[in-house]
Amino acid sequence: MSDELLVSTRKGLFTVAREGRGWEIAKVDFLADNVTLALSDKRSGRKYAALDHGHFGVKVHRSTADGWEEIATPAYPEKPEGLEENDMWGRPLPWSTVRIWALVAGGADEPGVLWCGTLPGGLFRSKDDGQSWQFVRSLWDHPLRKMWAGGGADLPGIHSILVDPRNSKQVSIAVSTGGIWHTGDAGETWTQRGHGMRAEYMPPEQVSEPNAQDVHCLAQCRAAPHRMWVQHHNGIFVSSDEGHNFTELTDVKPSAFGFAVVVHPREPDTAWFVPEIKDEKRIPVDGKLVVTRTRDGGKTFQTLTKGLPQSHAYDVVYRHALAIDESGDRLAMGSTTGGLWVSEDQGESWACVSHTLPPVYAVQFG
Amino acid sequence: MARVVFTPNIQRHVACPEAEAPGATVREVLDAVFAANPQARSYVLDDQAALRRHMTIFIDGVMISDRKDLGDAVGDRSTIYVFQALSGG
Repeated sequence: MSDELLVSTRKGLFTVAREGRGWEIAKVDFLADNVTLALSDKRSGRKYAALDHGHFGVKVHRSTADGWEEIATPAYPEKPEGLEENDMWGRPLPWSTVRIWALVAGGADEPGVLWCGTLPGGLFRSKDDGQSWQFVRSLWDHPLRKMWAGGGADLPGIHSILVDPRNSKQVSIAVSTGGIWHTGDAGETWTQRGHGMRAEYMPPEQVSEPNAQDVHCLAQCRAAPHRMWVQHHNGIFVSSDEGHNFTELTDVKPSAFGFAVVVHPREPDTAWFVPEIKDEKRIPVDGKLVVTRTRDGGKTFQTLTKGLPQSHAYDVVYRHALAIDESGDRLAMGSTTGGLWVSEDQGESWACVSHTLPPVYAVQFG
Repeated sequence: MARVVFTPNIQRHVACPEAEAPGATVREVLDAVFAANPQARSYVLDDQAALRRHMTIFIDGVMISDRKDLGDAVGDRSTIYVFQALSGG
């Protein structure tokens, strides 16, 4: 059971703690700065914050005994002279860390290992708690990587990284847009997975192409890693074979569109989503913020509303802004309009911590 | 020796005191400055050592033209201003 939340926002990193009966903001770090993502590494007790200073670029800070220190930012290798590589808009693809979009700890058996996914699509691995980063060249040089396109941003990006709890060398990632990729050897080689998803925004012959899929978020059950859940641009998909193949769930009310998904750590059939109307209308249906939950692998969904605003709510919950703790009982979510809610009963009811925070980009239990 | 002055806005994130350094181009001068202050480098230059998109540099009041290779000539008594470009309102 976790009593701490890290909330990354446009104007700082908020630490929210369970104090007595409720959750309260306990600390603010990097106030006024753009904190795009944070990581609490339970192996080392260290915390990490990814900052985007705009003019001055992306930076990574790591917690110390009495504060924070700036550490290495993942950096792309030198772009070969004469190489012409354009993004989908015809502009030169920057070989530069434009945004840190995924930051996760390696397995329990590999202390110090971190993975970092970035825009424009580069993956990095650290073996020393982020003191230095190695560019995963094998993925960057894969011919299909050059087909990745912008989805959630103008540039392609890796937003989900899942380290298999049974074997730390097995890592799955998801790309917007570039589908799902898997390595069984800690990043030496990569294969495309994620068959069975559907990309309506592509021409007919490309709709089923795994590399064209706009996965918004990929989640894996820790106790049953064969089960993966996807919140996709075009709906909700579930896999029972470690992400090789997916089945679409179409009967999802009020909507199957959204960004975030989390799965219960021990119950592979239980997952949560935060729906919005659709691609062209990224707001909650009827102005009511709800969470949808399935307990039977997607056969049925419950719409959970208790404690959530049910009138004129226009909150969007981004892909990293819905979190579940290790117990599977506590969930938290933050919104683009500065709302933060915590549930201690698997989403049945929610308590509002604040509705005046800066736009929330990410929430993680500490 | 050219004089290099950094925007006050950068100082909140990383110390960039005014510096003097030799060099015939912006690249040469900044390489010398960042050799003594390596943490500041990535605040001004991107992964390919080009000037960050929203940064700008003036030499004696004239904006540089070579943002990629930083090949603009610098005089022995030049003052180089490293500023953020106006963006975002």
